[in-house]
Amino acid sequence: MAEEVVLLDFWPSPFGMRVRIALAEKGIQYEYKEEDLRNKSDLLLKMNPIHKKIPVLIHKGKPVCESLIQVQYIDEVWHGKSPLLPSDPYQRANARFWADFVDKKIYDLGRKIWTTKGEEQAAAKKEFIESLKLLEGELGDKTYFGGDNLGYVDVVLVPFYNWFYVYEKCGNFTIEEECPKLIAWAKRCLQKESVAKSLPDEEKVYGFVLQLKKAFGIE
Amino acid sequence: MAAEEVKLLKTWSSRFGLRVVWALKLKGIQYDAIDEDLSNKSALLLQYNPVYKKVPVLVHNGKPISESLVILEYIDETWKQNPILPEDPLEKARERFWAKFNDEKLLPSIWGAFTKEGKEREEAIAAAVENLKFVEEELKGKKFFGGEKIGLADLAFGWLAYLICVFDEVTGFKIVDERYPLLLAWMQEFSQLPIAKDNCPPHDKLVIKYQALYEKLHPAK
Repeated sequence: MAEEVVLLDFWPSPFGMRVRIALAEKGIQYEYKEEDLRNKSDLLLKMNPIHKKIPVLIHKGKPVCESLIQVQYIDEVWHGKSPLLPSDPYQRANARFWADFVDKKIYDLGRKIWTTKGEEQAAAKKEFIESLKLLEGELGDKTYFGGDNLGYVDVVLVPFYNWFYVYEKCGNFTIEEECPKLIAWAKRCLQKESVAKSLPDEEKVYGFVLQLKKAFGIE
Repeated sequence: MAAEEVKLLKTWSSRFGLRVVWALKLKGIQYDAIDEDLSNKSALLLQYNPVYKKVPVLVHNGKPISESLVILEYIDETWKQNPILPEDPLEKARERFWAKFNDEKLLPSIWGAFTKEGKEREEAIAAAVENLKFVEEELKGKKFFGGEKIGLADLAFGWLAYLICVFDEVTGFKIVDERYPLLLAWMQEFSQLPIAKDNCPPHDKLVIKYQALYEKLHPAK
């Protein structure tokens, strides 16, 4: 049965990338619709009237919003293939905890790194690295956060990898120096087709950020 | 059946801890409550939640879980009676969306209206009004956010049922007013539930606490 799946997205969004990876892991065909965030489509405003944000997953005409909720939805609907969340409730809780941690820390701190300077940027860099180190601790010696296979936390975190270049250039530091295990993990993820085809080139992302900085008058 | 050991680290007034209490009560789970003094955090709390050092923390057979919404889903998956999440993935997504909306939008905007001053307060009130409109809309044709029975979203919004009146009393400003009849009706229904009636912090004690906080944040000029 042909399932109608549409993804409203914006190419550099790490939140959109999570959904692309999840759909690819499950082998789901879908229609990708690029949104112009300065001129949001009627469909986007209709499907996500509360937040008016991407990504929006539309399945059989019904919208699902918020990337963590979308990834869990995808995992539950297409549960037969490549499970992203473990079956044990405690391990599931652990995965949800760390996915929530990524959401609380990585995006906002990363944003501060490329939009601020001086003390504010230094503080953001410090907390950013501390957060990555905590994630490294959680990864331990595992191949992926999900164990032998890509799991929920991998899908949630890896899209920020090609934003690391942006943070490094703007913040003038090297993440690999501080968190080599995490970088090694990210490179392993990129060996997977579902990840490689869902993440745009980091130079392209950096170019986009430079344009944004110019447009908003950020140094 | 193996003996279950369930502990809950919280504080007497923690609204996030309370939603876990409600879930445990709903499912009839016996647990030991440990009320923390957040100005003097116990070694146990620091050991069980090293990342955030916050309450609530659920400890099940020695294994800790932090973050209230994560805890609620764990409880629901571990003890199947009186489910708080539906089976259908789309309905589950809807419950999660609204629980998140409370935590990331509604609660912070109302808290901002309570704690901030001047322009920031005006902005928080404007955001709260907008957020309350969405919540009111969501309740159309429903008794609870979960439908006929309470669910994850109701537990997330539950703090409104007992804390909004405290804020009203302390600030002299009613934020959930007659513009939101469905929400007011929901607050009534929720507060009448056995789990809520028997397990809310004492109103007078809350007024004292929030009055003190309010005066500290808004010193009389």
